[in-house]
Parts: sequence; structure tokens; C-alpha cells
Amino acid sequence: MLSNTYVNTLLFAVYPYICLVVLLIGSLIRFDREPYTWKSDSSQLLRKRELRLGSNLFHYGVIIVILGHFAGFLAPHWAVDWALTPAAHQLLAMVVGGIAGLVAIIGLTILIHRRLAEPRIRLNNRKWDLSVVLMLWLQLALGLLTVPLSAYHMDGALFEVLTSYVKGIVTLDGGAAAFMTDVPPVYKLHILLGFTIFLISPFTRMIHIWSGAGALAYLVRPYQIVRTPRTRAKEPVRL
Amino acid sequence: MKIRAQVAMVLNLDKCIGCHTCSVTCKNVWTSRQGMEYAWFNNVETKPGIGYPKDWENQERWKGGWERKRSGKIVPKQGGRLAILAKIFANPHLPEIDDYYEPFTFDYEHLHIAPELPTTPVARPLSLVTGRPMDKIEWGPNWEEILGGEFDKRSQDYNFEAVQKDIYGQFENTFMMYLPRLCEHCLNPSCVASCPSGSIYKREEDGIVLIDQDKCRGWRMCVSGCPYKKIYYNWTSGKAEKCIFCYPRIEAGQPTVCSETCVGRIRYLGVLLYDADGIERAASVEDEQDLYGAQLKLFLDPNDPEVAAQARADGVPDAWIEAARRSPTYKMAVDWKIAFPLHPEYRTLPMVWYVPPLSPIQSHANAGAVETVGEIPDVRSLRIPVRYLANLLTAGAEAPIVSALERMLAMRIYFRQRQLGEGDGKAVLAQAGLTVAQVEEMHRYLSIANYEDRFVIPTSHREQAEDAYGLRGSCGFTFGNGCDFGPPHSTLFGGKMGRRKLTPVRPVDT
Repeated sequence: MLSNTYVNTLLFAVYPYICLVVLLIGSLIRFDREPYTWKSDSSQLLRKRELRLGSNLFHYGVIIVILGHFAGFLAPHWAVDWALTPAAHQLLAMVVGGIAGLVAIIGLTILIHRRLAEPRIRLNNRKWDLSVVLMLWLQLALGLLTVPLSAYHMDGALFEVLTSYVKGIVTLDGGAAAFMTDVPPVYKLHILLGFTIFLISPFTRMIHIWSGAGALAYLVRPYQIVRTPRTRAKEPVRL
Repeated sequence: MKIRAQVAMVLNLDKCIGCHTCSVTCKNVWTSRQGMEYAWFNNVETKPGIGYPKDWENQERWKGGWERKRSGKIVPKQGGRLAILAKIFANPHLPEIDDYYEPFTFDYEHLHIAPELPTTPVARPLSLVTGRPMDKIEWGPNWEEILGGEFDKRSQDYNFEAVQKDIYGQFENTFMMYLPRLCEHCLNPSCVASCPSGSIYKREEDGIVLIDQDKCRGWRMCVSGCPYKKIYYNWTSGKAEKCIFCYPRIEAGQPTVCSETCVGRIRYLGVLLYDADGIERAASVEDEQDLYGAQLKLFLDPNDPEVAAQARADGVPDAWIEAARRSPTYKMAVDWKIAFPLHPEYRTLPMVWYVPPLSPIQSHANAGAVETVGEIPDVRSLRIPVRYLANLLTAGAEAPIVSALERMLAMRIYFRQRQLGEGDGKAVLAQAGLTVAQVEEMHRYLSIANYEDRFVIPTSHREQAEDAYGLRGSCGFTFGNGCDFGPPHSTLFGGKMGRRKLTPVRPVDT
């Protein structure tokens, strides 16, 4: 019989690092070795209907959610404390995250409906494409479930525990898993599924998130690009 | 001044017979793959018509090309950088596959294996997107061929702008022409400017615009950014693809496949030297009708020793400067001024130019009552309205088109007069502003159209771009990581989209 501490360490200290390492190394290998497979894999050409609304709602919502997670969990105390009490911080996270999460899940629901109901998309669907969107939907639903749960304890204490855990993982603190022992199961599931999404990302279309961030370079590049024979000579030859 | 060279194309529409050999050879070589069935790097449209994809010339709808701001700056019509990035999740101006057509095949096998039936077996259409039978084919790659369909539909043609189009719906006044279209390999490409990943680029040495398939992320902004709609999204590979101007052939000194196989010998390929520093200025001139002239000024005279010296200093090889001196495209565009860019108002400075077609005299002017201006029949009495051609080729400026048509007519009259002993043809040449030497040369290039005159393509210096030693024994043109043949393989990082199988629905055996 495995002890609770062992399982807790396995799930919240070991597993996250497996996922993060696979995400980083996997992405790097795919970027380097299989650049032709690196893409956003849009199906807009086959059917526009539903995509514009669904995709915009989902992407804009989820970007706010992700940036919120980064800012909320990783911002150091001195950067936040002068402006917000822990309770106010929690309230802000609940309101902004709740609204953005709701927008994202509405968008994703539309997209899943389109994927299943539109024959052109359904018949060309890969198993991974559907698995990923279903996982994301579940993750958004779990995240949204934490909002009403948080409303029962508005003091910001649980929020502080989770923040300590995430900071512990990021700073390679071996004891971080201890913070997770008494956290409600919804949070645990949300965190585990989150790391699982990291794990599968390099093997799915999720890699386009990297490129989405990379596309910001477009804002500062000149409009025209000319390649000379000399610059082309430096490109790798793939045989 | 920074001089660069480009292999430019001119199409002599006066001789296009609309046989689609160019489209078919191109398709067989480059786009006969799943995901690209609907895409034609080269297609031939019958004009007037709304074209392929539907209504492509309507930039208020598709937002292709550039827009000049009041400040004099040009930005992509679909928006500046931030606006383009904001639309990345769902491109509002992306055509749907039905705007091209849903690709199809037919259930031919059924004709062979059908059991005895009370009726003749038929091969039903099967969609190449879903693999399922289609009830009815609603649109195809060449739906408007030879004015197929009603006038109401084809009169939506954008080039009818300022033309009294109603009279052209009458049978006696009908006119038509062919317009073969491919990527324009523009000097100021708006696809390059629209690409968030920076994957599209223009090659310095020959001006060919290519998409780096390894860098393309499938954001699709180039598809809407190109006003000619000549970038296609491969829905199977998730990458954008476009006409590559058959660069492996051009590098070897051979014409593109569409040019090589052109039955009517209407295509010309030759080097143009241009001033790369002047591109932005030329693309930003205020009046759209000045764009043709502004682009013409970018082309430099290769016989000018100063130009040749500067070109050499800028790294243009001697063989290319020599080829520029014999370039058929330079002669047609600059010397004779009979070739024009397609829709210069898009401000992309296209490099595939067109010689406008002559057409029969309108019937009412016939029977000896041809209206002439001096020696030359009035080109305004030609069946194809001058304004229509001007809308297509000069942003509506009629004077350059009139002059080109007159020169082509003058060439014919000059030779007819001499052949039939009706005169020496000098008067007609003077009126058209041509010399005897010019008109003799025009005749050789346009009427005889020898292979050596049509295609003057210097070989490229591949040794500067690639390590030939490493390339020996390799598998040539391929996608992805490895030689690309056999059934599509799937890797750790996911296979292709679309494992559709053709699933015909057939009558049950009786």
C-alpha cells in the first residue's frame, strides 16, 4: 500500500517535472527535427461558420486566463503586496479569471460543436485534435469550478498555499509537494490535468502556442524580406 | 541605387487560345496532392467573369494588396501589424474552400463493377474533402469557361467599372478574352508583408517569391494579403503554398513548366534589372493611374554602361546583365510599351505582365465602314472595350492601352501593306511611333515567337546557395524531414490532417 505522502510527492513533485521536461525538450526536438510538422493546423478554410466566433472567444479568453495564472502565481510578493491585500488579490483573480474562463469555455464549446457537427471537419479530424480540445474543455471547467469553491474562503489563505506550491515548483524546491496535502480535490485535478496538457503538447497542435508568442516579432520586423544566396546557404539542408 | 535582377514574365493575351495546357502541366507537376486539389498555381480565366476564387478582384471584400494612407505611407489593406496579429485566431477575410470550389472526383470504379441494372450506371461525383458523394457540383475550377453561365453573374466582374456593361449582355455585342493567372512575384509583395512568421521571402538573385515551408505556421494572413489570391492554404499539411515560378527549372536556365508547354507560345521570360531602393517610393505614388509609369521607371536600361557597372557592383553576375540586354520582357514592357502589369492599383508592383488582346471590329462598323484614325482602325471600335482592358491593366488609364493596341495593329498593317504591295507601311509606323527596326523585331518576337527569343534565362549560381557536394545523390524536391514518397507516414509529432477515404454510396446489388 502506497503511503499518501508518497503518492502526493509522486503526483505533485515528480510528475510536474516529467511533464515540464517533456514539454521543453519535446518542443525543442520537434522544432529542430520536424519543422514541417510545426503549425497551427487551422481548419478555417474548410468551414468558416462558427469558427470566427468560437475561435476568437476561446483564444482571447484563454490568453487572459494563462497570463493571469502567470502573473498571479509567479509575481513576487513585493510586486503585489503594496497594492493588494491577499483577499483583494483573490477576489481580483476570481472575477477576471472567472469571466475570461467563461468566455473561453463558451468559445471552446462552439469549436467542439463545429468539430463534431460539420462533416468536413469531422471526417478529417485526427484523434489528437479532438482529445486536445476535450482536455482543454475539462481543464477550463475544473478551473471555473474553483471559483465558487474559493468564494467559501475569501481570506486568500488557500490562494497563498497554491502560490507557494507553484513558486516551489518553479524554483526547484523539492518540498513543494507538501503544500498540496490538504488542498481540495478540484484544485488537485486542475493542477494534474494542467501538467498533463504540458506533457502532451509537443505531440499535438498545441505547439502553435510557442509560435503565437514568436509571432510578436512581426510587430518589429520590416514588411519586406529578401534572402540572398548567402543567407540561404546558412539554412540547414534537409535530406 | 541598389540594382537587383528578376526573371519576369510577359503573357501575350492576343495569342492565348485558352487551352489550359499551362494549368494542367502545372497541376500535374506541383499540386496533385491531397490538400491542394482545389489549388491552381496557374489557372486560365475567361473574362469577363468573376474568376477564381470567386470575385477575387473585389478588394473591398477580400482586403488584398496595399492601401495608401493620407500620410503617404502604404500599409497592407487588411491592416497594420497589430491589426493582423489581432486577427490571427480567425482571419475574417480568408476565402472558404467553396469560394474556390469543393474539389471532386468521380466514382469511376462503379462503371466497371456495377451489376446489371435497369438503368445505365453513372459515375457519381465524390468530394475530395469529405470523401462522400456530392449531390451536385455547384462550382468548379473553370466554371465560367467561354462565357458559361448567365450574363448577370459574369457581369459582376470588377473590370466593368465605368463601362456601359448592359450592352455587352446582348448576344451581338458579347466579347471575351482569356486571362491566364499565376503568382505575380511582386516587387512589393503584400503576402510577404502580411506573414506573422516571416516565412515568405523574395529571392535576391532572381526575384522569385517563396514560402519557407519549415517556417510557415499556417496563420493564413498571406492568403488574404495577396490581392491576386495566388497563395493557397494546404488544408492537409496546414501550410500555405504558392507558385514557385518553377525555380528548380529557372535555376537551370529552363523556362517554367507553364511557359515551356504553352501551345500558343504566348509566354516570355527574361531578366529585368530594377532599382530596389525605389520600390517603396514607386508603390506609394498618390494617383493609382501613375503606378504603371512608376513601376516602369524602376526598370533600368541594361545597355546603359552606368547601369551595368552598378549592377556588377551590386553582385549581379555578368551573364545576367548580358541576358537582360536580350530580354524579351524588357523589350515588350519598356522598348515597345505593349505589356502592362495586372491590376497595378494593388500597389504590389507585379512582375508578370500582359500584352492586351486585339479583338474583332464591332459588327456595326464593319462592311467597309470601319472607323479609322489616320491609317489605323479606331481601337475604340474593337469588340473588347478599351476601358475594360484599362481597368484590368492600368488602373483605368486608357491612353497606354490605346497606344499599345495601336502599335500591335500598326505592326499588322505594316506587314499586310508590304505583303500585298499596298505600300511601304511607313505612314502607319510613324503614326504609331515605331521604327522599322522595332516593328521587324516586334514581328519576330510576337508572331514567329522562336523559343530562343521567348526564353532568355541565365542559369543561376547555385554553388553560392548550396553545398553541391552534400546534395549529390539526394532526393530532390521534397517536403518535411526525409525523402517524400510512398504512403504518407506519421511521426511521433503527428501525421497529416485528413485521413479521408473515398466512400461512394452505390445502389445495392440486386
